[in-house]
Amino acid sequence: MEEILKINNLSKKFNDIVVLDNLSLSVKKGEVVVIVGPSGCGKSTFLRCINGLEDIDEGEVLLDGEKVSRNKKNLSKTRERIGMVFQSYDLFPHKNILQNITLAPIKVKKRKKADAEEEALKLLDRVGLLSKKDSYPRQLSGGQKQRVAIIRALIMHPEVLLLDEITAALDPEMVREVLDVVLSLAKEGRTMLIVTHEMAFARAVADRLIFLEGGKIVEEGSPAEFFDNPKTERLKSFLQTFSYE
Amino acid sequence: MGFEVLLKGNNFIRLLGGLGVALYISLISVAISIVFGIILGALMSLKNPVINAFSRVYLEIVRIMPQMVLLFIVYFGATKVLGINLSAEVSAVIVFSFWGIAEMSDLVRGALSGIDRIQYESSMALGMNTMQTYIHVIIPQIIRRLIPLSINLITRMIKTTSLVMMIGIVEVLKVGQQIIEANRKSSPNAAFGVFATIFLLYFLACYPISVLSKYLEKKWEN
Amino acid sequence: MNFEIIKEYMPLYIKAFMLTIRIGWMGIALSFVIGVISAFIMHFKIPIASKAVKVYIEIFRNTPLLVQLFFVYFGLPKIGIRISAEACGVIGLGLLGGSYMAESIRSGLGAVKVSQTEGALALGMTKGQLFRSVILPQAFTLSVPAVIANVIFLLKETSVFSAISLMDLMFTAKDLIGLYYNTTECLFMLVFFYIIMLLPVSVIGSIIEKKTGFKMFGE
Repeated sequence: MEEILKINNLSKKFNDIVVLDNLSLSVKKGEVVVIVGPSGCGKSTFLRCINGLEDIDEGEVLLDGEKVSRNKKNLSKTRERIGMVFQSYDLFPHKNILQNITLAPIKVKKRKKADAEEEALKLLDRVGLLSKKDSYPRQLSGGQKQRVAIIRALIMHPEVLLLDEITAALDPEMVREVLDVVLSLAKEGRTMLIVTHEMAFARAVADRLIFLEGGKIVEEGSPAEFFDNPKTERLKSFLQTFSYE
Repeated sequence: MGFEVLLKGNNFIRLLGGLGVALYISLISVAISIVFGIILGALMSLKNPVINAFSRVYLEIVRIMPQMVLLFIVYFGATKVLGINLSAEVSAVIVFSFWGIAEMSDLVRGALSGIDRIQYESSMALGMNTMQTYIHVIIPQIIRRLIPLSINLITRMIKTTSLVMMIGIVEVLKVGQQIIEANRKSSPNAAFGVFATIFLLYFLACYPISVLSKYLEKKWEN
Repeated sequence: MNFEIIKEYMPLYIKAFMLTIRIGWMGIALSFVIGVISAFIMHFKIPIASKAVKVYIEIFRNTPLLVQLFFVYFGLPKIGIRISAEACGVIGLGLLGGSYMAESIRSGLGAVKVSQTEGALALGMTKGQLFRSVILPQAFTLSVPAVIANVIFLLKETSVFSAISLMDLMFTAKDLIGLYYNTTECLFMLVFFYIIMLLPVSVIGSIIEKKTGFKMFGE
């Protein structure tokens, strides 16, 4: 399979503290890569660097073989191709659900309103939220908001989707409904880079897992290798914090 | 009870005219306050140390000085110190704008800093450029926060304009006093009726605006 | 600026200052009492009384103090209710302030989290104990910044007392300017005394505002 996203020797510092240390990663088309690691290991920063929300100090990000430019104008072009969903509900509070979803396709992609709305309604239907199209974000539960946020990213037809701990701020009973949506996206072959703390979900959704600690990739492997036969002590002890034995 | 005096001649019309003067002064002052308050508020959120120091002193002066004192300073002081003869109306507009700009700028600064960083980031993550982010996401949210507060500022401005009679502007209270004086013999109790009416007139001018402000605030809260 | 004049006027200003302070703080004390009672009536949704309180609040929040004072001082005597200028100032400020204090204290009461109530009940407290030792202290703490903002607002409002011929700071300044035209000195002293009266309250307010992160500019 062809390679869609390639990160070469990426380094990032915050005031002399090294957050990402010479990281390299390549993601194939249709691949789902899940990144796990302790808090503060740089997982979120890594995703934010990929779509240019954070500057990088060294290294490069290649999308489809092209170097992602850090120049403002090109950056918005890149971001159209890389979708991102955040941990906190980031819907626009002054717009209803349908407007939240269609704002970017209409304004950024210059699509026709009717056309964007038609697709938005289809996507809403798919995640079971068609009845909420005229509601405002404050009227939705956390899980519903996150499903809308995913659709809002999907409608831009991104080549890669970045999900940054999208269930971390949710009540436990809402986690499932959001993760189910992500699982169905994985099944249809979307390329995704996912940061999560939900280990069962990580195992179910991932083609490949990466354990990040101290800004470095400590271990990576298939779900089976990663969970059942971890090689490094670091990963073993990390995985142990999630079990009750 | 002294209400009958208002039915005599054009007394009631004169009273309304007096209220009109007060409303006129407050509307001009509100307009000036909103325009310059937005500019100053935007400047304040740049976090420039010079602008910050200036605005802190300015806001503190406005916070602790009664508008009446400011009115006296401008009306009596300007003539004395600067040698310019300001009319009472112009003095009033200067003072109320001075006060209103401070209030408005603080509201604008608050509204700007109240917008979550994630709103900027998620807009950019959708491929919007800075301009699009501001036009479609940030500014509409700021406007929704500011409109109820600015409307509220209007009622406070209207109430404060009652002070201008103290520097001799013939507004509603002054007209009331004149009516009471002129009818001292025929309606000795005019003071009750006239001041009760003025009380009611102010209430009728301010209450609907307060209700509107509260309604919009409720409607747009996130 | 002529310091001889300032020295000469000083006793007059001090007298006016004391009067302003006295009426101001008495009015504020009254407003606090009215505010607390009104807030409780609204918080516990006492029938009829809470409607009456709401009407009272709307009336006094939507009319200027000057108009309220004119009505009470010049209007009411015509129907047989005669009140001294000083009492009028205290009552006027108290009623105006009460309408602001009521809202501030009520929102403090409303802001105490339900979990606090539940936590206390789970500990076996009675409703009375709960209210006295859990809700009230927290509600008052939550109200403090807004109450201080009201105090500043009310102290500033005292400047209209001169309109009902109370010899306060404004009255003294206006009188002296009218008599001797020493405008600069008179205005300087006016500002000086208002700063003495308000700056300490404002500084204390700012410290509390920083500590609690509460916005208190304006009313």
